[in-house]
Amino acid sequence: MELFRIKKDIPFMSYGRLTTTISLITFILAVIFLSTRGLNFGVDFTGGTVMEVNYPQAANLEKVRKAVDSIGLKEATVQNFGSSHDVLIRLPVKPGLSVSQLSEQVKTALIASDATVEVRRVESVGAQVGDELYANGSLALFFVCIGIVLYLWLRFEWRFAVAAIIANMHDVVIILGFFAFFQWEFNLTVLAAILAVLGYSVNESVVVFDRVRENFRKMRKATVVHVIDNAITRTMSRTVITHMMTQTMVGSMLLFGGEVLHNFALALTIGILFGIYSSVLVACPIAMWLGVSRANLIGDTEKKESKKDGTVIAEPHPSEFTS
Amino acid sequence: MNRYPMWKNIFVAIMILIGLIYTIPNFYGESPAVQVTPAKSSTKLDPALLGQVEAIFKKENIQYDGIYLDARGVKARLANTDTQIRAKDVLQAALGNDYTVALNLLSRSPNWLRSMGAKPMYLGLDLRGGVHFLLQVDMKAALDKAAERFVGDFRIALRKEHISYTGVTREGQTVQIRFADATDLDKARSVISKEYPDLMLKETTSGEDKLLLASLSVVEQKRIQDFALKQNIQTLHNRINELGVAEPIIQQQGTDRVVVQLPGVQDTAKAKEILGRTATLEIRLVDEEKSDLATLEKADKGQAPLGDEVYKTRDGRAILVKKNVVLTGDYITDAGPGVNSQSGQSVVNVTLDARGARVFQQVTRENVGKRMAILLIEKGNTEVITAPVINEEIGGGRVQISGMANTQEATDISLLLRAGALAAPMEIVEERTVGPSMGQDNINRGIHSTLWGFAAIAVMMMIYYMAFGVVSVAALAINLLLLVAILSMLQATLTLPGLAAIALALGMAIDANVLINERVREELRNGNTPQASIHAGYDRAFDTILDSNVTTLIAGLALFMFGTGPIKGFAVVHVLGILTSMFSAVLVSRAFVNLIYGYRRKISKLSIGQIFKA
Repeated sequence: MELFRIKKDIPFMSYGRLTTTISLITFILAVIFLSTRGLNFGVDFTGGTVMEVNYPQAANLEKVRKAVDSIGLKEATVQNFGSSHDVLIRLPVKPGLSVSQLSEQVKTALIASDATVEVRRVESVGAQVGDELYANGSLALFFVCIGIVLYLWLRFEWRFAVAAIIANMHDVVIILGFFAFFQWEFNLTVLAAILAVLGYSVNESVVVFDRVRENFRKMRKATVVHVIDNAITRTMSRTVITHMMTQTMVGSMLLFGGEVLHNFALALTIGILFGIYSSVLVACPIAMWLGVSRANLIGDTEKKESKKDGTVIAEPHPSEFTS
Repeated sequence: MNRYPMWKNIFVAIMILIGLIYTIPNFYGESPAVQVTPAKSSTKLDPALLGQVEAIFKKENIQYDGIYLDARGVKARLANTDTQIRAKDVLQAALGNDYTVALNLLSRSPNWLRSMGAKPMYLGLDLRGGVHFLLQVDMKAALDKAAERFVGDFRIALRKEHISYTGVTREGQTVQIRFADATDLDKARSVISKEYPDLMLKETTSGEDKLLLASLSVVEQKRIQDFALKQNIQTLHNRINELGVAEPIIQQQGTDRVVVQLPGVQDTAKAKEILGRTATLEIRLVDEEKSDLATLEKADKGQAPLGDEVYKTRDGRAILVKKNVVLTGDYITDAGPGVNSQSGQSVVNVTLDARGARVFQQVTRENVGKRMAILLIEKGNTEVITAPVINEEIGGGRVQISGMANTQEATDISLLLRAGALAAPMEIVEERTVGPSMGQDNINRGIHSTLWGFAAIAVMMMIYYMAFGVVSVAALAINLLLLVAILSMLQATLTLPGLAAIALALGMAIDANVLINERVREELRNGNTPQASIHAGYDRAFDTILDSNVTTLIAGLALFMFGTGPIKGFAVVHVLGILTSMFSAVLVSRAFVNLIYGYRRKISKLSIGQIFKA
């Protein structure tokens, strides 16, 4: 079986203006959602307490709410998740009360109201720890970007590095935009997913760039546009198959992973879907506009070498593949 | 061209074999067990304990599947939870308070595996259930306390030297001494700088008064903070041992935090109570007048003379101690092992603060030749740590306790002197509790995600790439095997995000095989022979695979450096998954392809799915 039977190179670069415009619009939308709605940060970052409790019968939310209110926590949210037996309680940081005292009080109140309750999970984070996790998260994101740019710069050249990081940061902003729009909870595991997807999408650009470089060597007479079009077309099959496989795994996590992994898998899904598009159709036009050329990618040394043995140009012109 | 040299095939085979051996323990599951460890972390483990436990089991007719001694204590595997609980009660009763008996779970893997160091993966709290605390040590309080001590110390030192001053006060962590006269200040300065070389001294004036400001140097501040943290960790160790937790983790995090992880603990209220409790240390005089054998025996049965109390020393003898408390542990600022310069004997050096020193001097002057008992009171239990004889009047707050049998004992006693109380208050700033049923649910979720995802990928790969798809799936399976084996070998903590990272590693690792397979197809399409296509396909794909894995690796390392807790768990598995995937996707899959095609003379066609010839 083969999904892709492509005879001619698809002129991706001539759509460059269109694809980058679409990207720009989604990007701007994401920024708007981020600035107007903001992210719904989880307790990891804001500090506070989350409790997951389970009742043998369907939970009476009113009663649970009353129990939590009884200790003077008006801002607490109480909601079902998963099934009617499971309740999620969120409590903000209460000044003057340590996080552990708070969770203990709530536990006591819940047991007093209904002794059949089972506390399945408690996560309490102090406000200061939350701030630090936030700072560390931002630092991690920053270092990933720097690391990737440096590596691509060394391995290829700065135009590719800049193009790849712009394309992939745009993915990150779009994931954040989704989380802002739907007000999904943004916690540490989501941050891990975003960083993982950042590394993963850069792969995508690397695969195409690798092919671009190879094509520059082989297709001596082709124009830059032609070289890039050919590189994208020929790696397209791999791009789609790989993403399909990764998404299959992530989809399985979305189905079976439960509450804790749900948003993690969600962030990965958005990242993978947009990653296919942006790492190819955004990164390549940007690299092109930045002025990637045969000379700055291969350099003069390559020319001398090819003169010596002369066999490097043995590959046919791409138009010959398609006849 | 598509044959591996023999050594390469053997290397791949050996790696797979090692992977298998270290993965197997994960399939044996766990059985109930009890674990016996010394109650005080300062007590050394006696190898004879193994025989002791065996003898108790034999006497009480408790059947056990296996028993062995490790670095921390004796562990015994039992048939079921009923026997486990009975064994715990029996052992605790027989061994007494010197040992902690805890319930535990032990791998059922056979001895030959254990002897190779093959253990199942170490599950994090979110998978096994338990409670995680992050405690913040109040370092400001520790420094304030240190500065406060200098206030008293200075008063005494100045009075001793007959230097007149108008006041000593503490402002934050700086001590201010006021003088009316500049010559007094100069004299004071030379005295203080000689006695406390670690302090930074500064002179200013305020109105008529001349001021001498003494503050802790950065080095001294750091020393005090390190000391406070170490002491708090030591105290936590001792307290948690009492809780009877099988494998507690108590670790320093950063410069002022302590992580405490208690697997299997559900009663968080009790755990918090014990962590936050304050223990006290008391110094009292031994009642020598009434310490004759008859009175002691009577006292041991509960009839202590008026004004006295009877306690046990660490070696189990009864001792009569006066009810009147001379000093409490608050006055002890430091304790450490040392050697007496004259006798060469091991001693414990105790430093008291100024007020403590004054009281101590007076009491020792009046009681030369008598014994003085140091008591540790914790949770209503009182124990006499040591009861040295007072040889002479002791002034200056530096006390040397002699009569230690060796350096080890001196170290142990100084630990106890220090570890009784917390050096600085601590607050719980993060708490994560996971119930046992939740832990099992999380394991199932992680495993189901991985297995179903793997199955779906396997089916798609085999349909799409035929024989090469089978090879890719085999390589992916070996990737999983190696990843689990490495995690088991390293005993890295596996969390739910870690399980997610395993799944994700597989989903991403298949990329390498897709790249290779597509490349081989392309070579075939270009009209190359099957053998040449395999060779060129693997060769050309390698650079790309390397590049793309390096970028993923960068992301993984950043997560590892800046992540804490669950995120670190994710990062470790993510990074290891990238490394194993490089090995399996390139080396192992090539070995398989070589075995299938490399030894045939003529191949007309590769089974890599349909290729549309141009």
